[in-house]
Amino acid sequence: MAEVRVTVDGVNYADEVEPRMLLVQYLRERLGKTGTLIGCDTSNCGACTVHLNGQSVKSCSVLAVQADGAEVLTIEGLARDGELHPVQKAFNECHGLQCGYCTPGMIMASVDLLGDNPDPDEHEVREGIEGNLCRCTGYQNIVRSVQRAAQMMKPGAAVPTEQPAPVAGD
Amino acid sequence: MTATADATALEFGKSRTRKEDARLITGRTRFTDSITPSGCLHVAVVRSPLSHAKIVSIDTAEAKKAPGVHGVYTVADLGAEAVGMPCAWPITPDQKAPQRPVLAKDTVHFAGEGVAVVVARTLAEAKDAAELVEVDYDPLDPVLDMEAALAEGATLVHPDLGSNESATWVFDSGEAGTGGSVSDAIAAAEADPDQIVVRRRFRQQRLVPAFMEPRSCVVDPTGEQIVIWAATQVPHILRTMTTVTLGVPESKLRVIAPDVGGGFGGKIGVLPEEMMTVLLAQKLRKPVKWTETRSECMLTAHHGRDQIQDLTITAKKDGTITGLDVKLLADMGAYLGLVGPGVPVLGAFMFNAIYKIPAYRFATTNVFTTKTLTDAYRGAGRPEATFGIERIIDELAVELGREPLELREQNWISHEEFPFTTVCGLTYDSGNYEQATARAKELFDYEGLRREQAERRANGDKVQLGIGISTFTEMCGLAPSRVLGSLAYGAGGWEAASVRMLATGKVEVITGASAHGQGHETAFSQIVADKLGVPFEDVEVLHGDTASSPKGLDTYGSRSLVVGGIAITMAADKVIEKAKKFAAHMLEADVSDIEFNAGQFTVRGTGAGKAIQEIAFAAFMAHDYPEGIEPTLDSDAVYDPENFSFPHGTHLAAMEVDTETGRVTLRHYVCVDDIGNVVNPLIAEGQVHGGLAQGIAQALFEEANYDDQGTLVNGTFVDYTLPSAADLPSFTTEIVSTPATSNPLGVKGVGEAGTIASTPAIVNGVLDAVRHLGVADIEMPTTSQRVWRALQDAKGRSTQETPIDTHSPGAGLGSIDPNNPQGEVQ
Repeated sequence: MAEVRVTVDGVNYADEVEPRMLLVQYLRERLGKTGTLIGCDTSNCGACTVHLNGQSVKSCSVLAVQADGAEVLTIEGLARDGELHPVQKAFNECHGLQCGYCTPGMIMASVDLLGDNPDPDEHEVREGIEGNLCRCTGYQNIVRSVQRAAQMMKPGAAVPTEQPAPVAGD
Repeated sequence: MTATADATALEFGKSRTRKEDARLITGRTRFTDSITPSGCLHVAVVRSPLSHAKIVSIDTAEAKKAPGVHGVYTVADLGAEAVGMPCAWPITPDQKAPQRPVLAKDTVHFAGEGVAVVVARTLAEAKDAAELVEVDYDPLDPVLDMEAALAEGATLVHPDLGSNESATWVFDSGEAGTGGSVSDAIAAAEADPDQIVVRRRFRQQRLVPAFMEPRSCVVDPTGEQIVIWAATQVPHILRTMTTVTLGVPESKLRVIAPDVGGGFGGKIGVLPEEMMTVLLAQKLRKPVKWTETRSECMLTAHHGRDQIQDLTITAKKDGTITGLDVKLLADMGAYLGLVGPGVPVLGAFMFNAIYKIPAYRFATTNVFTTKTLTDAYRGAGRPEATFGIERIIDELAVELGREPLELREQNWISHEEFPFTTVCGLTYDSGNYEQATARAKELFDYEGLRREQAERRANGDKVQLGIGISTFTEMCGLAPSRVLGSLAYGAGGWEAASVRMLATGKVEVITGASAHGQGHETAFSQIVADKLGVPFEDVEVLHGDTASSPKGLDTYGSRSLVVGGIAITMAADKVIEKAKKFAAHMLEADVSDIEFNAGQFTVRGTGAGKAIQEIAFAAFMAHDYPEGIEPTLDSDAVYDPENFSFPHGTHLAAMEVDTETGRVTLRHYVCVDDIGNVVNPLIAEGQVHGGLAQGIAQALFEEANYDDQGTLVNGTFVDYTLPSAADLPSFTTEIVSTPATSNPLGVKGVGEAGTIASTPAIVNGVLDAVRHLGVADIEMPTTSQRVWRALQDAKGRSTQETPIDTHSPGAGLGSIDPNNPQGEVQ
């Protein structure tokens, strides 16, 4: 067993874990963070995407012990004080989800994408989220959602929103 | 939204954002694998790596000693040798149906079939122990090719059945009296120099539905009812079929489909793993969870399509179609799925599509192979049919030298001819193919693109342009129960609903439809808000739990709105009729003088009125209500449709093909779909987008490939090339509306339209780009490599065979170059 100390969605945890335990298993099975989902076993689908120290990662390709000392943000910690993140709002407004299974990962990947590129064109959005698979939407409304969120997050945007939430615990 | 409904602000037709999103965008979800009752045990299945083999021995001794292991079982250990999964569709009285066991008994029939199961405290412990189970196999010859499987002396998948042919189902319009004899039509065409006969063979490759949520099942036997949570489209059918399969009384079962992450037909089965989990929970008296990995899902969840289509079409040289003959071979895989044998039959009524075809014959022969079984996948039989007819119409146009869209118009049912009874005996109630086509051509700039195409051809451009056409229809709203009965289907096609008026004026709607991404909670709330004149927010839709929605036939076949939605409408109408009696009593008026509009019951000619919420409260209090009635407004309804609905549309694809590399690019896609009245345009458009992506993926990217030993070689998301956002463009979609006359809402269904229509549009477009270079056909998926090979063949150049050619450079993410499998830099 190995010790891991990690902050997840603003809460500090200290646990003994098997060295082989994946971060996504730790989140779901040990912390009850079942908002983060598993869609494949080859790190292709991206359903399990979370932020590790502010960067999006597929939590199936990170060992829990690798998150030792890190801050993790999951879909469950993205809204702040009851206020949805602009990307969450945009996915609702633009019908960027159907079954919702890819959605947590898709939203976390999109938040990271907009951090790197605050005003992506359609091509840049499509390239930026190609590591996250969706089988329901054909991606068109996901692309619209990300671009809508970019508009909402612009300084002085007409839509009142908060800045993207920093990593929980900051 | 105010508490009082505004009659002018109808919900029907409004692009409401979805109420179910609030949970899904915040991670406040309950997918089956996220449900872990206290003390829950976990399951790992030991699966066969071979497609066909005798099981010589299974040694579970070491696995049983492993830490955390509660038990290791073979089918004999479970006492389940006699248990077989149900097939609900015997398409012929003599259909051959093998027993599909919970775990393989003495023989495995496809790679991935379960042979033993480990139950342990944690999933990790279960998987570790599963590695310790030793299975000794004696390999048998795989059965992979359908035509070889039917040949004399072929290895039999199930020797006790005596044949690899499960059944042959035939429809002949001459014999049915719904049209002429197609053999006469072919003979006449062959003898007449003014007619033409076109014969083609098309292949519908095998696909994996690839819903994002792997299948899962949790069974809790603690309590009076056994509770089953399952990632399923069909909780009601699963309950009944669990009783049929295991003998547990239906009243002792509660099935819950919580949040379900997509299905596309792939979750309509009754699974060996589900039945196994029930047996394990009963045996161990503890909650038990089974969740598959993605790789297990690719290998064992049912696949879709997989047909060889031999089509013969006859026509006069002026373009008038005189007959169509269809012969299918349909690969069932190793066993029959719940409705698998009927999937080709669902296509039987759609090969004639939108065309006036006077003589028609359809025959499908369903064949066993040692592959994963096939069953419904988005469209189920109708995409295959639409592909066949829309491809051969293009072939006929080529042979006749006709413009393909004009040839279609010459033969389609004109809008003045509805209702129209087809050569299959179905009555299309409404449609307007001219309207959808005209609008699609306009959005597409059809004439402009034809000009550009001609220029590129004339210039010999490296990148050629092709225009792909698909003018499709489908039959939705499965289904009139009497029709299903006539096809020997194992259930009816009705749907049930209840509307409950709560004491405080809120409304609960209970539906037997079972959503897994469709947005029922939103769309059904809109319908009921209008019907009862209550705020949208006051309507709660309950579904997917047999305890709260005890009666239903679930979601598939684009039926939820056109069948389930009508049942809800009928239940709401009954609520209004009951409330009128209360209103008359409260307002001291005659029932015949009570009018209802926008939530208010008023006495004709007076200002006196009561809101429906007030009446709901009065019914709840029941201190003063009319004699001879029950103190409730709650109402149930069951709707059995009298006919299918027939959405249609015109889809146009601009395909660019690089003639040097074979690279195919979808430049522009336009579709105009006529889906009748639309409850929520935002949701309908989303359904079209997703359907298009799946249909386009069949044309361009996806195929489940087996090697010569019967091993699925692309059974992960690394190499089964599901399109990503970067692989698709944005589509131009529009909806036109010719209301259905077969149901009171005028709705037609939209869930499968995009998938059904788009595949032939893409392939017709690819061929249109390269046909002038001598290419006659390219099998799906039309990957760069296949297109390049076809172009080389057309030039008379030889190309190197590759063993499995979707593993090709350019086939998608994770492609493997067969000549350089390690990806070494050369």
